[in-house]
Amino acid sequence: METDRSKLGSFLFNRSVQGVFYQLITLGLVALGIYYIVTNTARNMLERGLASGFHFLGVESQFDIGMTLIEYSPTSTYFDSFIVGLLNTLLVAGIGILFATIIGFTIGIMRLSSNWLIAKIAEAYVEILRNIPLLLQIFFWYFAVLRALPKPKQSLELYDSFFLNNRGLFIPDTVFGEGSSIIFYLLWLTIIISIGIFIWAKRRQNRTGERFPAFYVSTALILGTFFISLAATGFPVSFEYPELKGFNFKGGVKLIPELVALTFALAMYTASFIAEVVRGGIMAVSKGQTEAAKSVGLKQNLILRLIIIPQALRVIVPPLTNQYLNLTKNSSLAAAIAYPDLVLVFAGTALMQTGQAIEIIGMVMGVYLFLSLFTSLIMNLFNRFMKVDGER
Amino acid sequence: MSTTNKEIGPPVIELGAMGWLRKNLFSNWYNSLLTIFGLYLLYILIPPLLNWIFLDANFVGSTRDDCTNEGACWIFIQQNIKLIFYGLYPTEELWRINFVYLILFISGVYLLIPNLKHKGWVGAFLLIIFPIICVIMLSGGLGLEAVETRLWGGLFLTLVIAGVGIVLSLPIGVMLALGRRSKLPVVSILCTIFIEIWRGVPLITVLFMASNMFPLFMPEGVNFDKLIRALIGVMFFSAAYLAEVVRGGLQAMPKGQYEASQAVGLTYWRMMALVILPQSLKMVIPAIIGSFIAIFKDTTLVLVIGLFDFLGIIQFVGTNPDWLGFSHEGYVFAAAVFWVFCYAMSWYSQRLEKKLDTGR
Amino acid sequence: MNTMRISFLGLVCSVLMVPAAFAGTLDTVKSQGFFNCGVSQGVPGFSNPDADGNWSGIDVDVCRAVSAAIFGDPDKVKYVPLTAKERFTALQAGEIDVLSRNTTWTLSRDAQIGLEFAGVNFYDGQGFMVRKDSGITSAMELDGASVCTNLGTTTELNMADFFRANGMAYEPVVFEKADEVVNAYDEGRCDTYTTDKSGLAAQRTKLADPEAHVVLPETISKEPLGPVVREGDGDWADVVRWSLNAMIEAEEFGLTQSNAKTECALTSNPVVARLCGKEGGTGAGLNLGESWSYDIVTMVGNYGDVYEKHVGENTPVGLARAGSPNASYKDGGVLYAPPAR
Repeated sequence: METDRSKLGSFLFNRSVQGVFYQLITLGLVALGIYYIVTNTARNMLERGLASGFHFLGVESQFDIGMTLIEYSPTSTYFDSFIVGLLNTLLVAGIGILFATIIGFTIGIMRLSSNWLIAKIAEAYVEILRNIPLLLQIFFWYFAVLRALPKPKQSLELYDSFFLNNRGLFIPDTVFGEGSSIIFYLLWLTIIISIGIFIWAKRRQNRTGERFPAFYVSTALILGTFFISLAATGFPVSFEYPELKGFNFKGGVKLIPELVALTFALAMYTASFIAEVVRGGIMAVSKGQTEAAKSVGLKQNLILRLIIIPQALRVIVPPLTNQYLNLTKNSSLAAAIAYPDLVLVFAGTALMQTGQAIEIIGMVMGVYLFLSLFTSLIMNLFNRFMKVDGER
Repeated sequence: MSTTNKEIGPPVIELGAMGWLRKNLFSNWYNSLLTIFGLYLLYILIPPLLNWIFLDANFVGSTRDDCTNEGACWIFIQQNIKLIFYGLYPTEELWRINFVYLILFISGVYLLIPNLKHKGWVGAFLLIIFPIICVIMLSGGLGLEAVETRLWGGLFLTLVIAGVGIVLSLPIGVMLALGRRSKLPVVSILCTIFIEIWRGVPLITVLFMASNMFPLFMPEGVNFDKLIRALIGVMFFSAAYLAEVVRGGLQAMPKGQYEASQAVGLTYWRMMALVILPQSLKMVIPAIIGSFIAIFKDTTLVLVIGLFDFLGIIQFVGTNPDWLGFSHEGYVFAAAVFWVFCYAMSWYSQRLEKKLDTGR
Repeated sequence: MNTMRISFLGLVCSVLMVPAAFAGTLDTVKSQGFFNCGVSQGVPGFSNPDADGNWSGIDVDVCRAVSAAIFGDPDKVKYVPLTAKERFTALQAGEIDVLSRNTTWTLSRDAQIGLEFAGVNFYDGQGFMVRKDSGITSAMELDGASVCTNLGTTTELNMADFFRANGMAYEPVVFEKADEVVNAYDEGRCDTYTTDKSGLAAQRTKLADPEAHVVLPETISKEPLGPVVREGDGDWADVVRWSLNAMIEAEEFGLTQSNAKTECALTSNPVVARLCGKEGGTGAGLNLGESWSYDIVTMVGNYGDVYEKHVGENTPVGLARAGSPNASYKDGGVLYAPPAR
């Protein structure tokens, strides 16, 4: 009897048994919670006569979208509107990331400048921009700056080809005539060759220690081939300039003010964080590295290129991707200023017209979640790739 | 230039202000160029800004017609100050908000002054009793007239959302972080999923869900106030971010600390509460405050779901036909206020970091 | 993790505490002493708050009429301002009990998204507003224009139909909040602003210089606007529907806010007597007091009173009633209420 009890006791107080017990309880409660929410939702939807399912995706949307990267009209389906919104989100994120990187690296390096004034200006930039909410900055650029621009008839212009007014930024469009496809093929070919040169140069350097100026050679190759082929085919590239017709400019590429304001705000805001990432990364490379490089007689620009940047990049890249991801998620603030992104078009207009909140919000969240998880995956691979031998 | 000096000191350009200028601004030709460029940049930015904000600005008056100078019309802010700070909160009840501010201010100052006794008690008061006072004072009860949350607004609402978000998300974040590092696979997987989902989606969709879809998840007739739903959304969102910050701190703890605590027979919870968490939280204080700043800035998003926070109300008063065309003033004022709050937090965090940088 | 456990425990507890059967809206409203009315975020003449947060307008008066019918007091209403995007979910979720926010009655809304329209309190149609100095006199001249409008409205769809049908190009600029649309148009982001004509007239008062803008003559759609309730609660829908009908019928039989007291004392017309609550027992059928329609007329007014007070020619909104569909059917309009008997 007593032994049984002690057996039972030891069984109950056994760590692993307790662990299993707790886990079962947790799992049960979570399952119960999900069941609770799902049944409530199902019942509510039934009682309120809400439609469900994804049939709506194939239905004609009947509404228009201000800016589309693919062919789209009111006869397109809701699924098309989803794609349009998604592409617009990716577009603003892509341009934003490009500019944020350029500005961010510039400011980050400026902060480390030996020039006191430049370093202070960069510091002021960072401290001001990252301490003001992004939404406020978007409003500022959109409502306070871009709205104050002149009407189309009084546009600000540059060389008669760039026009800026309160309807957007109009830039010339490149039109490729006949025979221009050969130029593209050649361009691709030279890019592939250049990659080959890089690999070959790296191998040779590993083997013999001799350095090959791969960067200059490949740049010369790509640009040279490009211009020679342009000349050889008789410049089949022309420009289409925006022209004032009726209400607004026609022709050329039109960047709507919502896009300009959003990109501007996202890039400036994210750049202030990227600047700090870059500064941290460069500072993480110990001073001894620079000194050692100097003492073996490397020149300043080589020290930067061969010693500091490669080491700093390992520190910079993970938080940098995080910032890119933040920028992409923050682009959802587009909804506040009428830029037709995924949230405005799909979780806005499409949701209102169909009333299918659960499916639509689910899809939108799924997109962002996918982007986020996908980026983490790439990051993990990068970290594994960049791991120096001997490090844990 | 006389060569009859008694003693020749170091060249004047190496000394004092001149020396500093030379070393820091004009050390070589491109540095000089950069300096000149920088000065030019400041020249085109600062004077017009100063003129607009101060020198040419209008400060006295009561209507838009009093704004006769070219600069900013601060009368716009001044005339709408009650709305901007308190929203539609009834004027005769404003003392309740101010009273809460006062308590917060006094206890905050007490905590910040070094070497005072009973700080623990004051802290406990702030964390346990103060929230109860807040709820009663702000929303009504105990003989105070009820004030519905839809009348809350302005800077006051921003502070409420940020405050609740910050205070509640920290414990939840710590729990999630511990859960994610738990040895129990089910717990760890569930926490990981929870964290990654919240971190993977934009706050705007979370808020939309909280404001529009949450009631669909509840049984019929069960409904929370719109503000409370937004608060729940903000809270979980920031908890997920904090969880990752805290996890960073936990991972950085040397294994010896765990082993030593287990060796002296501490249970899991005592080990965490007494040994691991105090040290690892200390390590990540700057990052935690960084998250708090992010929460504070993110509160502006609630205007998308129709709550009139500080930014929302500033936009709202700007659409009043009597005050059309003063959006610049509104945005600059909002930016200044947000900046002061965020910069104060980040300054405090840097100070704390230095102060706590004792051990290693 | 622990918090999750606790929160789920909380959920479990709340399951147990929730009453199994859900009472009808009317009973709930009666017992709590007020109801929630969803309104716009500010459309002058329809639903607009003053500086102290008091709401007024013809949409607001529908809610006040319902309140007068139920409680004999027009002010037992809490107003919830909603964006166009939020309004239906707020109603479905029970956050509001009546949606009275210039909402267009359409098939898909009625049939697919769990709404029930209780009637029409304003017959409207979509139009365009442009700057006078643009020289445009017809909507057919809008080819290539930038068009500002509200997100998630029938307006957005009609606009697409209109431009498509006439083979014209345009650039839609869609904002979530009405104020942002007005602001965008006023500051020149768009060439034209489109919404219901009543909305155009109302929002025009918010422009920097209302006189510099003109509404184009074309009406491109039918927009019957009216109060909406949740589907599946017939008793509540009846109360809202007949509160509105009573206002219309009171006007038809000459019962106004100012003369109701004396008329009711003197009347020999059985229809008026029923409206006055003196005979007919109409209240019992709706689960309301016998004086419900009398209260509406004396406390809120009949349809004509309300119209002239908020959107009539002598108001800043200035919408002439004569000759419009909103005139009584006797005067060539389409306003016609089923008999309250």
